[in-house]
Amino acid sequence: MIEFRLYIAQRLSAAILAPLVLLHLGVMIYAIQGGLSAEEILARTRGSLLWGGIYGLFAIAVAVHAALGLRNILREWARLRGSWLALASWAFFGGLLFAGLRAVAAVVGW
Amino acid sequence: MKAHRRQPLYLAFLLHRLSGLGLALFLPLHFYVLGLALGGDAAFDRALHWTSGPLFKFAEFGLVFLLAVHCFGGLRLLALENLPWSNRQKNYAAIAVAASVFVACGFLLRAF
Repeated sequence: MIEFRLYIAQRLSAAILAPLVLLHLGVMIYAIQGGLSAEEILARTRGSLLWGGIYGLFAIAVAVHAALGLRNILREWARLRGSWLALASWAFFGGLLFAGLRAVAAVVGW
Repeated sequence: MKAHRRQPLYLAFLLHRLSGLGLALFLPLHFYVLGLALGGDAAFDRALHWTSGPLFKFAEFGLVFLLAVHCFGGLRLLALENLPWSNRQKNYAAIAVAASVFVACGFLLRAF
């Protein structure tokens, strides 16, 4: 049952991420021209509820998706099982979620 | 080599898995650099300046390709699982790779 729930979480997070990644690809291609500067990036993101919301959702979904993907790899390729598998997946999820939301807070200025 | 590993779609699986792994390993670094903005614009700007060389541009091109190929490959998977399409998997896999190359090249052209 837990595997089924994780499978659904993986697919749901993928469905949330798909449009966000397409948007991110577009933003990157737009933003890269003329080089990147902190001023340029922060002028766009500082105080923006929209960018903060979009990238906040992005950070949460990517933490779920990446941790579950890594869990699959650890299970199938590294043959990790049981508590070690759970510990590694949760640790990666927690670390990525914290770092991701911190990064969003940093560029939005919250 | 096991029989299923000779299938072209095993390559699609492998590409999806390895691109996902590469992105998962890159993300902590990405978040760290963005988090530098907490310490003020100068620290963030220094990091951005440090990564503005041609070697980094090609590395970024690789990362954009990984992101694009994982995204389009993932859309292919979602479509296969949720839409009543069939027998076109190889075409979707090829389209996913082609679209990713296109996006990553678009990024690279603008980066220079």
